[in-house]
Amino acid sequence: MTTPLVKMVSITKRFPGVTANKDIYFELRPGEIHALLGENGAGKSTLMNILTGLYMPDEGDIYIRGTKVKFSSPRGAIESGIGMVHQHFRLVPTFSVAENVIMGSGDHGFFVNMKSVEEKLARFSGEYGINVMPGSKIWQLSVGEQQRVEIVKMLYRGTNIMILDEPTAVLTPQESRELFATLRRMADMGKGIIVISHKIQEVLDNADRITVLRDGRYVDTFSGKDTDSRKLTMAMVDRDISFGQNLADKPKGNFILRLKGLTVLGDRGQKALKSLSLNLCKGEILGIAGVAGNGQKELAEVIAGLREVAAGDIEVRGERFTGKSARAMIDAGISLIPEDRLGTGLVGPLNIMENSILKNYRSGEVASGWFINWKRVREYAHRLVDKFDVKTTGVDAPVRMLSGGNLQKLLLAREITNDPDVIVAVYPVRGLDVGAIEFVRNILLRQRDTGKGILLISEELEELFMLSDRVAVIHEGEIMGILDREDFDLERVGRLMAGEREEGAYERAANR
Amino acid sequence: MSGLPIGRDRVLVLEKRGHFSQSAALLVPVISIICALFGGSLFLLATGYDPVEIYVTMLSGAFGSAYGLSETVVKAIPLMLCGLAVSVAFRMQLWNIGAEGQLYMGAVAASWVALFHGEGSRLGVLALMFLAAAAAGGIWGLIPAIPRALFKVNETITTLMLNYVAILYSNYLVYGPWKDPKGMNFPLSAVFPEHATLPYFGDTRIHLGLVFGLIAAVMLYIILWHTRWGYEIRVIGESPVAARYAGMNIARNILLVMALSGGLAGLAGMAEVSGITQRLQPNLSPGYGYTAIIVAWLGRLNPFAITGVSFLLAGLLVGGYNMQMSGLPAATVSILQGAILFFILGGEILTKYHLRIRDARGIEVAE
Repeated sequence: MTTPLVKMVSITKRFPGVTANKDIYFELRPGEIHALLGENGAGKSTLMNILTGLYMPDEGDIYIRGTKVKFSSPRGAIESGIGMVHQHFRLVPTFSVAENVIMGSGDHGFFVNMKSVEEKLARFSGEYGINVMPGSKIWQLSVGEQQRVEIVKMLYRGTNIMILDEPTAVLTPQESRELFATLRRMADMGKGIIVISHKIQEVLDNADRITVLRDGRYVDTFSGKDTDSRKLTMAMVDRDISFGQNLADKPKGNFILRLKGLTVLGDRGQKALKSLSLNLCKGEILGIAGVAGNGQKELAEVIAGLREVAAGDIEVRGERFTGKSARAMIDAGISLIPEDRLGTGLVGPLNIMENSILKNYRSGEVASGWFINWKRVREYAHRLVDKFDVKTTGVDAPVRMLSGGNLQKLLLAREITNDPDVIVAVYPVRGLDVGAIEFVRNILLRQRDTGKGILLISEELEELFMLSDRVAVIHEGEIMGILDREDFDLERVGRLMAGEREEGAYERAANR
Repeated sequence: MSGLPIGRDRVLVLEKRGHFSQSAALLVPVISIICALFGGSLFLLATGYDPVEIYVTMLSGAFGSAYGLSETVVKAIPLMLCGLAVSVAFRMQLWNIGAEGQLYMGAVAASWVALFHGEGSRLGVLALMFLAAAAAGGIWGLIPAIPRALFKVNETITTLMLNYVAILYSNYLVYGPWKDPKGMNFPLSAVFPEHATLPYFGDTRIHLGLVFGLIAAVMLYIILWHTRWGYEIRVIGESPVAARYAGMNIARNILLVMALSGGLAGLAGMAEVSGITQRLQPNLSPGYGYTAIIVAWLGRLNPFAITGVSFLLAGLLVGGYNMQMSGLPAATVSILQGAILFFILGGEILTKYHLRIRDARGIEVAE
């Protein structure tokens, strides 16, 4: 049997108040794709941060190719051939691909021989089938192409233990398939690939072996061939998950929100939404599918009054609301659950009381005249925390101390307690663990059942299919098609997401 | 790994502290001051002075006598008002460097009332001066706020530039139209009538401006933590994105806060002319508006802490004058004061970071 590339034995890492990793075993063999599976907070990132030298373990040993090592900084790990492709790429947008690739590799003198760099890049593309244009600037590339640059960067540094953190989160289904084909070729060349993921199906399709972590502990290592999604789910969560049933009749309510030929400019002045039309009914969840960055953010912002309308109209309950302020939209009963919970939805340094009144601090509920009645705010905050089971040390704690799931619970508690008519939820479960995901989804379903109109922007098709009454697919600021519940089909949505237009999409968008 | 190399394979690095350390917050300023005094003493020794003697002069000058103490309080008044002024703006991430100019405009407006509309009861005249100074300073703060709110014009530059305008305008008045005809051609305005001067406490030079400062601190506290407006200011300061999301009007708050900030600094100007000089004159302020920036930061933008810090920094100023009287050159005094502030502000970083020695290569093969 060959020596494992990586062997981590009895790894324990404690942080003040939590044990992030407890007695973890992990082994990576040459030539395999090894998935590290677990909920958020299961300890995947901590373990990989230990392997890449960012943290030092409190206990346990690391062996690289059979040699015991101790990394006291990332440089040691890089020198041992370990490289990581982070979820947020570490690239300089205004530099070319070749410049980004050689950055930090350290084996150049004062002058850089670009010719030899380009030759090397050409060799990679032959060996692994990764095509990159050395001369293009990073900002010109799509997200998938940028990810390829990151991978090439690692190859250039001589990485043979490659870690990818949630690599498919930003990719279309097609791009994901290409990525795994590339990774497979790299594994076939004898490299070891670690993929951090929480997507069970993706892991089953692509990984040779799967190590599952739960609550900072090692559960088991499965062979990809001999396991199934049920076993993996059980290992991940150790309990049965039941998402709320979506059996409601098709919405028959009235239009509560109408977007008519809406054109909106993005941050760089480009047309982010191009004459987009959508109708949202009472008591329905309208899912918006699409690869991130195709106008979803602008769509949510323009409805919330945070972005100017360049052309077209917004109607709420049949009344024209085009060009109204964010405050007017809030008062009209439109609630935005923003993508960026901490920073937009909540203010990190302020405490739970202060955050709980962000939307209604002017109302008589918590204010009398010019003054804020903190006694009433305290009661109000306690009500939110109790009702939504937010785990906290107290309402005086700054919200940045809360975990992702509790942040989202607090945010939802605040928005729903204000009793809006329309809820625009942007990636509402992104980064949450399975328990919190279930909680959030159930809340959205319950709100739907009480007659609210919900616009659910998500990148997880499974989630959209599970929750939505209809799914609209957005691509480059246009609705490519709208599917009713009985027409939900993964392949079809995938094609629409990639930009293949369906006949009559607009007519249906406008008339339904 | 980056960092400062210290010998073979060892580097000194700054590591962010996991959480805010309460003990460090208390200990660091104390150690900073000790370091500052030590560093200063090396400098004094090099220039041939006895550091212990100099420090005793400084300390006793500022806090050791009734006169010294009262002078410290007198200097603390404008520092307090200006420090509070800039702190509200800073809280909203508006970098108002213009407290100096706002102070001068407040002084000019108060002098205008005193010189040309000084008839009537003392209370009436003083109230009028108070309002005029607050309004003039407020307008001076509002001028850079308008382009900032509408077009995002950087207020750091505009507030700074307006300082020169205000100081030179004040100079123009005392060298020109407002020059006292009986003043033997000195660039001074006429002395204010008695009922345009602030009353003193006992026979000290401490004037009613102290009460303005203390009331301003309490008011700011109430505004920031107990009103809807203060809540908006704090949310905008911490996260403008969240404030916009919550439907707050950021542009309006920029205007209001800069007007409040300028108004408070304007009151410092009124306090100086009405309480101390009792006339308009050049060099009214030795840079209170700038020192106030340090006061605000050392007080961590907390109104009550700012009040306390303004007394300490005033002591540093008064102690400095005392050292000059004992023969130390003014330049040396400035260097010492600078060194002390340098150490205190430099030490601040250690409340958020700590120093660690790390292996330079970052890898140790154990066996």
